[in-house]
Amino acid sequence: MELRELTALELGAAIRRGEVSIVEAAQTALDAVSAQDGALNAFITVTGARALERAEALQAGVRDAQGPLYGVPMAIKDNICTKGVKTTCASRILGDFTPPYDAAAVDALARAGAVSLGKLNMDEFAMGSTSETSFYGPVRNPWDLGRAPGGSSGGAAAAVAAGMGWYAIGSDTGGSIRQPASFCGVTGIKPTYGTVSRYGLIAYASSLDQIGPLCRDAADCAAVLDALMGHDRRDATSLPGPRSRWDGSGPRVDYGHLLDGLTGDIRGMKIGLPVDCFGDGLDGEVRSAVLAAAEVLKGRGAQLVELPFPVLPYAVPAYYIIACAEASSNLSRFDGVKYGWRAEEYDGLGDLYCKTRTQGFGAEVKRRILLGTFVLSSGYYDAYYKKALQVKAVIRDAFDRVFEQCDLLLTPVAPTAAPRLGESLSDPLQMYLSDVYTVSVNLAGLPGLSMPCGLNGDGLPVGAQLIGPHFGEGALLNAAHAFQLETDWHRKRPPPAAADAEPPSALKGEGLCGGDLK
Amino acid sequence: MKITAELIDYLAGLSRLEVQEGERQAMTAELQRIVAYMDVLNRLDTTQVEPVSHVFPVKNVLREDEVIPSQDRAELLAGSPAPDQEAFLVPKTVE
Repeated sequence: MELRELTALELGAAIRRGEVSIVEAAQTALDAVSAQDGALNAFITVTGARALERAEALQAGVRDAQGPLYGVPMAIKDNICTKGVKTTCASRILGDFTPPYDAAAVDALARAGAVSLGKLNMDEFAMGSTSETSFYGPVRNPWDLGRAPGGSSGGAAAAVAAGMGWYAIGSDTGGSIRQPASFCGVTGIKPTYGTVSRYGLIAYASSLDQIGPLCRDAADCAAVLDALMGHDRRDATSLPGPRSRWDGSGPRVDYGHLLDGLTGDIRGMKIGLPVDCFGDGLDGEVRSAVLAAAEVLKGRGAQLVELPFPVLPYAVPAYYIIACAEASSNLSRFDGVKYGWRAEEYDGLGDLYCKTRTQGFGAEVKRRILLGTFVLSSGYYDAYYKKALQVKAVIRDAFDRVFEQCDLLLTPVAPTAAPRLGESLSDPLQMYLSDVYTVSVNLAGLPGLSMPCGLNGDGLPVGAQLIGPHFGEGALLNAAHAFQLETDWHRKRPPPAAADAEPPSALKGEGLCGGDLK
Repeated sequence: MKITAELIDYLAGLSRLEVQEGERQAMTAELQRIVAYMDVLNRLDTTQVEPVSHVFPVKNVLREDEVIPSQDRAELLAGSPAPDQEAFLVPKTVE
C-alpha cells in the first residue's frame, strides 16, 4: 500500500483496521518532508521527534480510537499557536516566539487524534497571495518549482499536494485557503465566519479571519471540519450550538454531521453562475475548466442558473480597506516588549517600538499597516473606512438576493493559474486584484470551497470555487463530493520535488519598499 | 486623493514605523496607485446604507463571572525579549 496515495479518511480507516501503524504513517510523511522540503520550503518548523512520540502514544490507544482522523499526520499554518512549538507568522518580529498555549483549533484536532508534523510557511502575517513575503523565504509550487503556490496558506497547500502530511489547517482572510488550494490542486474550505474558534489564531483582520482545512478531497474536508467547528467561549465571535449556554442574540448552529451528510446526491440543486465572474480579466483556460465543472454538476442532476452579480468590482477595494484597517490595529501589539524579537539598538521607549517594528516587519506588512492607518486616520475615515463598511453591507445584501435564486454559486477561484515566483512582488496592486473572486466571501462571512477542476496547458492545476449561504457547508461539500465522484482531478499529483533543486532564495532583510534593511 | 511624502511620514509616525529616505518616494507612488484604485467605491451610492462591521447580529455576549485558571506568569514572561521575574522590561520612560 502506497500510504501517500491515500486520503486522510482512507489512512484513518487503515490505521483503525491495524493495516498501518501510526508511527509508520508519521515516518512516511517525515521522509517525504526530508526528501522534498529543501526544494519546496513549505515548512518553517518540522517537529519530527514530537510527531513520532505522539504517534507511539496514539498507537497504544488505537483499539479505542474515536473518530475517522485518529492517528492521521497533518501540519499547521504558522499563524496558529502551538504550545511549546515556535509560532512565527513567517515574520522576523515574532522571532523565536513559543506560545504557552494551543489554539482552540489545535486542541480540537488533538482530541480528534491528529499527529502534527510541524508548522507551515506562509506570507508574513498572512498578508499576501503568493507565500513569497515570508521572512523564511518563499514557498515553491510542487507542480512547478519556478512558480508560487498561492497564499497566504501556500505552505499548507504545497505540503498536502506533495504528500507531506494528509491534511493541513490554514487561515483564510480574503482567499488564503481557497486560492493556494486552487494553485496546488488540493481541496480547501473556508467555513462560515464564527463557526471555527479564532482563539490562538494570530489576528490579521479579525472580522474576516477564519480557520479551515486544506485536504486531498471534499470528504477529508468534511471530516476535518466536523472536528474543528463548534462554539468556544474564548472567541467572542464564535457562534453557539443548539444546546450551548448562551445569553447573546444571533444565530445558533447545528454543528457536526458534515461527513455523514455526504451523499453525492445533488439532484435538483440550483447552482448559480454569476456572469460578472466570467468576464474580462479571466484566463481562457480557467474559464473553460470552471464551465466544464458546471457541466459535470449538471450531469449529476444540478440545475444551472446564470445570474448577475454587479457588486463584484467593489469587493477588492472594500476588502483591502477593511483588512488593512484591522491589521494596523491588530499589529500594534508587536512592539518588542511582550513577546518576540526586539531591535538591538534604540534610544528610549518610542525608538524601541519604532526600530523593532521597522526592522521586524517586511515590506508588505508595512505597506498594509500604513494603508490601514491612512483609512482610519482623522479626515479620511468617512471617505474610506466607513464607506467600505457600507459597501460590505451592499455586498452582503447582494449575496442574500442571489441565494434567493439558487443554492450555491460556482465561480473561478483566481483569474489565472499559479504565477511565476517574483511576478507579484513588484506590483502589489496587481496582486490585490487577483483576489477578485475570493474576498467578497469573507466580507459577507460566507463559506467558500476550492476544488481542483483541471490542468492548464502548462500542466498547472486550476480550481473552481463553490460559495454557499451562511451555514451552507453541507451543501458545498456535497456538491464538491458529487463532482469528485465523477472526476479525478483531485487525485492528480505533482511529480516528486527533487531534493537537490536549488533552494529558494530568501527574502530575508527586505526593507519597506524592497530596499535593504538597516 | 493625493498622497504626498509628508502624508507618508505622518502615517509612519502614527504607525511607529520609520520610512527610510530611499523608500519614501516608492512608497508614496505605491500608496497613490492603491488609494486611487480604492476611489472606485465612490461610484456606488451608499447614502442610505448602514455600515456593517459584523455580518451576524451577535450582541450582548455575556457569561457567568467565574474564576478560571489563566496563563502562568513565568510562561508568559518567558516569551518576552527582556523579562525579569515578574515584569516586561523597557527603557526608562520617566526622568
